[in-house]
Amino acid sequence: MRGDVFKQACWDEPIILNLGRMGRRGCILPAVKEEARKSVGKILTSLPPKLRRKTLPSLPELSEAEVVRHFTRLSQMNYSVDLGFYPLGSCTMKYNPKINEELASGIAEIHPYQDDSTVQGILEILYTLSKWLAEITGTYEVSLQPAAGAQGEFLGALLMRAHHRFNVDIEKRNELIVPDSAHGTNPASGTMAGFKIVVVPSDQNGCVDLKALKAAVSKRTAGLMLTNPNTLGIFESNIAEIAETVHDAGGLLYYDGANLNAILGKVRPGDMGFDIVHINIHKTFGTPHGGGGPGAGPIGVSEELAKFLPVPCIGYDEKHKRYFLDYDRPESIGKVRGFYGNVSVLVRAYTYILSMGAEGLEEAAETSVLNANYLVKKLSQVRGFELPYARGRPRKHECVFSAKTLYKETGVRALDVAKRILDYGMHAPTTYFPLIVDEALMIEPTESVEKEELDRFVEVMKKISNEAYNSPDLVKKAPQNVSVTRLDEVKASHPKTMTLSWRMHKKRNVIKGASP
Amino acid sequence: MREIGIKHIEELYVDVPQKFRLKKRLSLPKPQPEHEVKRHVEALLSKNKNCRDMPVFLGAGCWPHHLPAVVDFIVQRTEFLTSYTPYQPEVSQGMLQAMFEYQSMICELTAMDVANSSLYDWASGLGEAVRMAVRLNNRTEIIVPKIIHPERLATLQTYIEPLGLRVKSVGYNPKTGLLRLDELKRQCTNKTAAVYVENPSYLGFIETQVEEIGEIAHQKDALFIVGVDPTSLGVLKPPGEYGADIVVGEGQPLGNHLNYGGPLLGVFACRGEIELIRQMPGRIIGMTTTLDGNKTGFCMAMQTREQHIRRERATSNICTNEALCALASATYLALLGPQGLRELGETIMIKAGYAMKLLSEIRGIKAPVFELPHFKEFTVNFDKAGKTVKSVHQALLNRHGIRGGKDVSHEFPELGKTALYCVTEVHSEDEIERLAFALKKALSGRKR
Repeated sequence: MRGDVFKQACWDEPIILNLGRMGRRGCILPAVKEEARKSVGKILTSLPPKLRRKTLPSLPELSEAEVVRHFTRLSQMNYSVDLGFYPLGSCTMKYNPKINEELASGIAEIHPYQDDSTVQGILEILYTLSKWLAEITGTYEVSLQPAAGAQGEFLGALLMRAHHRFNVDIEKRNELIVPDSAHGTNPASGTMAGFKIVVVPSDQNGCVDLKALKAAVSKRTAGLMLTNPNTLGIFESNIAEIAETVHDAGGLLYYDGANLNAILGKVRPGDMGFDIVHINIHKTFGTPHGGGGPGAGPIGVSEELAKFLPVPCIGYDEKHKRYFLDYDRPESIGKVRGFYGNVSVLVRAYTYILSMGAEGLEEAAETSVLNANYLVKKLSQVRGFELPYARGRPRKHECVFSAKTLYKETGVRALDVAKRILDYGMHAPTTYFPLIVDEALMIEPTESVEKEELDRFVEVMKKISNEAYNSPDLVKKAPQNVSVTRLDEVKASHPKTMTLSWRMHKKRNVIKGASP
Repeated sequence: MREIGIKHIEELYVDVPQKFRLKKRLSLPKPQPEHEVKRHVEALLSKNKNCRDMPVFLGAGCWPHHLPAVVDFIVQRTEFLTSYTPYQPEVSQGMLQAMFEYQSMICELTAMDVANSSLYDWASGLGEAVRMAVRLNNRTEIIVPKIIHPERLATLQTYIEPLGLRVKSVGYNPKTGLLRLDELKRQCTNKTAAVYVENPSYLGFIETQVEEIGEIAHQKDALFIVGVDPTSLGVLKPPGEYGADIVVGEGQPLGNHLNYGGPLLGVFACRGEIELIRQMPGRIIGMTTTLDGNKTGFCMAMQTREQHIRRERATSNICTNEALCALASATYLALLGPQGLRELGETIMIKAGYAMKLLSEIRGIKAPVFELPHFKEFTVNFDKAGKTVKSVHQALLNRHGIRGGKDVSHEFPELGKTALYCVTEVHSEDEIERLAFALKKALSGRKR
């Protein structure tokens, strides 16, 4: 049996640098008047010869139509949310409303250094959005500056530093605690901010092991980074004790907002005792993921920490009824990027929240949780897959299945299952994460999917299970219905064969026998 | 709900402690239909003025350029727009190939061997570059030019503060603006992790001694990091040809809108040595083949540097990047081609040159302050007119509907009452002449 309906486009599209012909052009630049040209003379000769570019860069020479065809063909070899089910765990691949795209284009031509008086509209949007995000997360003040969740984490860790320095405690407090189920960004961000990472294990329910946490905290503890619900999709019910343990030790509690979608309108990180919260706008607030970005990673903090937020924040002057960029923050940690944030992404989030309202956000959370639990129920009945940790306890927005039994009984791994799912015209779940689950398949259906689609996914998983037990090679050789079969990732990274640019390819021509 | 055996959705939230549960709805607006949302947001946006409503001569890290219609069309292709990081390369060949092409074009522009598929922006990219240098040589100091964008410097300081690095800044020749090589030689020691220089400089002039600066850095085995505005690389010698080890820069002018300063596009490239590549931050797409060797394909390469594999030992924490902006830049560069890029650089230089010429003819104005060739931006000094930049610009905006350059008087007090003006191919000669006329008017008024 094959997934005979689906077939992804498969263009044999050459690398663009290998396309075109000398002298072709895809666009004509604005004209220069003769008068201006004459008045400045031969401008390029004003450059010292040693600073002039002698040979032009080897960019392709293409007509406009050729460029459009090339990238349109490429787009057809790219699976996306608008094409179908995309249950990539921890990434919240929900539907991205089209009205947001249209409205966000309204700020395309605004320069960041324009006078406040000419940007009151966008400042009002940003100001209001930051207030809404504070309300949603239960925090005191929100900075919109970080460009992505990971940058929010880095900033959050720097805020911890600033807080402990303020209390003349930074020399001692150099340890940051993360659970073993944490996203990889958490320990990486902590290290970037100068902390030593201390890992606490999960207990048999997949939650933070309280005993281990109590043993891990000390006078050296700067804080704990936690996502709740955690990466298994399980709510950390001991959050009160966790918060108390960390706070009593003098540490701060950091909320990784990757999984915020599950609890919108139900419970707020600030109320649970978190001091610092980052929000993945592109996950929770429906902005497109853009093939990897841009996203936005605003950060909300408690009143005590607000003074350390990066500059500028967006302020509102009641008296003169005007919005302004507030640089007057002497304790600020400075800046984590140029200008103010990924503004066009933030405008989409503003529009999203405005459309959804409080009721809509809460309904989104409920539906995403309902969908995940529906899959828990249905997939638990599929041979070879089981739900590790806390069986019987509800999941939140996502669930993690293990294909350990399937692997043991058929030799088919989670990786093979993922590849086979692609053959059926769906995206695969996140695989091999969290690290505490063997052969993990992390499934996040989101709210943007109908029951029929969930049922279709369950059917696909059943089919794959059958295939694994009856003709395992079919699964191991997947995918066959998509643009390319399995890729040689070792070759891609091996020092002797890696080809990271066309320039490198030309220099070394390592991939022989293949004609790109 | 029936299927999973619950009567009420709340049963799925039983494990959330009651004491933390929200007892009332979030205080947010009521849900609104698309029509009302559109009206509301459009009304707010109409309060803004933008570069189409008035001539704007601002740059300083975010520059207005002509965007061919094709770029937005490609970027809005829903297959690109609504996909994510290509964790499943077999169904993501489109974005992967496009990112490989972006990396390749950045390499051609900069004459470097390897580029990553984007960082957040120039400023954070500089922070990452310096951190990479320190990982490579474990040294304790970094040298930057005194003429640097203050926001970029602030971001760099934030990025390196946890490392305890010392930032040394090297002064400039007050007449030419060029970096003081004697001072650099004194400052650059075997403690220096890297020497950073920008070309064109923050104040728009071309740093002509880049080769010498690189040599001084290399004499002490420090890395040489160069920051660029890539639109200059059709006319200016690429950093790879004057010894750069790492190149950072802002990709926004290559096909991305201003968007009030974000998203931007952090360009990051380096030499092809394996030691360097292993320390690079960010995602890199590689060309490979299918396992059976029959077909070329693309996937993420060198992932063992990244946070999702290496966790606390990763080279950076970056995950979500600016892929779509990189796609815009790839499209833009493909449309321009080599001749187009040369022509772009030349057009910018002609128009900026024309503006400098007209402005310098006005009494009370010195433009540019430094006697060097400039690229896209240049300094305008009002000292002789006895007026502050603020008052001149207020008059420009209120009476002539023109937004002048960025006031840099407070950033570089030693330069006096000075503004940084930006002129690109989008500024028409007519607008430049209007600017000159308006400045003349503004300066001929009573002194303040």
